[in-house]
Amino acid sequence: MDKGNGCSFSAVTSTAIISSVIFVITLILVRVLFVIYCSSRPMSRRAQKPVSTLIILGSGGHTAEMLDLLAVLQKDRFYPRFYIAAATDNMSLQKAELLENSLAAEKGTPITNAGKFMKIYRSREVGQSYITSIWTTLVAMVHALWLMIKIRPEVILCNGPGTCIPICAIAFVFKVLGIRWSSIFYVESIARVRRLSLSGLLLYKLRIADQLFVQWPRLQQQYPRAIYVGRLM
Amino acid sequence: MGDREEKEEGRRRVVFVTVGTTRFDALVSAVDSENVRKVLAAKGYTHLLIQLGRGSYLPSKSDGDDGSLAVDYFTFSSSIADYLRSASLVISHAGSGSIFETLRLCKPLVVVVNEDLMDNHQSELAEELAERKHLYCARPQNLYQTLADMDLNTLLPYTPGDATPVAKHINRFLGFPDD
Repeated sequence: MDKGNGCSFSAVTSTAIISSVIFVITLILVRVLFVIYCSSRPMSRRAQKPVSTLIILGSGGHTAEMLDLLAVLQKDRFYPRFYIAAATDNMSLQKAELLENSLAAEKGTPITNAGKFMKIYRSREVGQSYITSIWTTLVAMVHALWLMIKIRPEVILCNGPGTCIPICAIAFVFKVLGIRWSSIFYVESIARVRRLSLSGLLLYKLRIADQLFVQWPRLQQQYPRAIYVGRLM
Repeated sequence: MGDREEKEEGRRRVVFVTVGTTRFDALVSAVDSENVRKVLAAKGYTHLLIQLGRGSYLPSKSDGDDGSLAVDYFTFSSSIADYLRSASLVISHAGSGSIFETLRLCKPLVVVVNEDLMDNHQSELAEELAERKHLYCARPQNLYQTLADMDLNTLLPYTPGDATPVAKHINRFLGFPDD
């Protein structure tokens, strides 16, 4: 008799647990789909105040293109500005700092208020084997999480380097969990004419980027949800 | 009047070769080859200046006293803008930075694609711009042929791009008013 009661009790418990898990997973899935749907549409309200902006810089050509974009963005709308570059990339943060300092000089604001600059561990160095990349990507994810918790930007601008993937992934999770809604804008590099980069492909396919811009018409034909904007440079 | 004096008179026509921060020995050795030097001299160029980057192949320097090309090289420079500005022809690796910096200065450009690179997406950009006649595109093995056959008068100037369309989209998406 006891055994019978014990069996039916644990059967109910395990059914309850399984049902709860399925329920939670369904909730999360619905929430994810909802987030993806909302992300693809423009913000419903008119912007009332400046948006905190995270700018992810990549080596060489990537930084040059990003600076071209920053030059035409209204600085009083995209404020405060945070810059992240890979730990091994020395030039990019310097260039961004130069830009911010010259902006501050123009406006007469103290240099300390000009943009904030941070370094992040790289997921993968150029040419690094994909196997060791798994570990370094995990480290990068933890570091990205730490930075994102501190910054919680409303807007993320990125244009290519692998450094943007952990950050955008975390931003997406923050959106799902309701921690912070970040609008993610990705500009594919001018060097990508026929195929998207790996970063671009991931952000496009997983629908993590709110808007993905391409600079050559062939890419827009191949990836219909991408927005063709002509060359930036 | 000897060749040296003619050159010093300012009839310098410099061919500037750049590999950026990369290593591209195949390009440097192709440029260093005798037939490339000859064809450049035949086309009226007087100097060949090579930026080696991280490459290990060292070309042979030359004064150009005997009427041939004067050849010199260096590894890196903080800014190659001045070298680009004073060049009459630029031969560059396919990095987008080098390409657009050169096109912005309206200099004739031959882009050489490095086939040793894994995932050579760089060739896409060079080939597209060559199709649009903004530059010539070559590989190290056909550099000589490209230089011999090229007609720089057929090149079209590159109109610089504009980042404002992107800014407009971003602003509209976020609900900022149009300027």
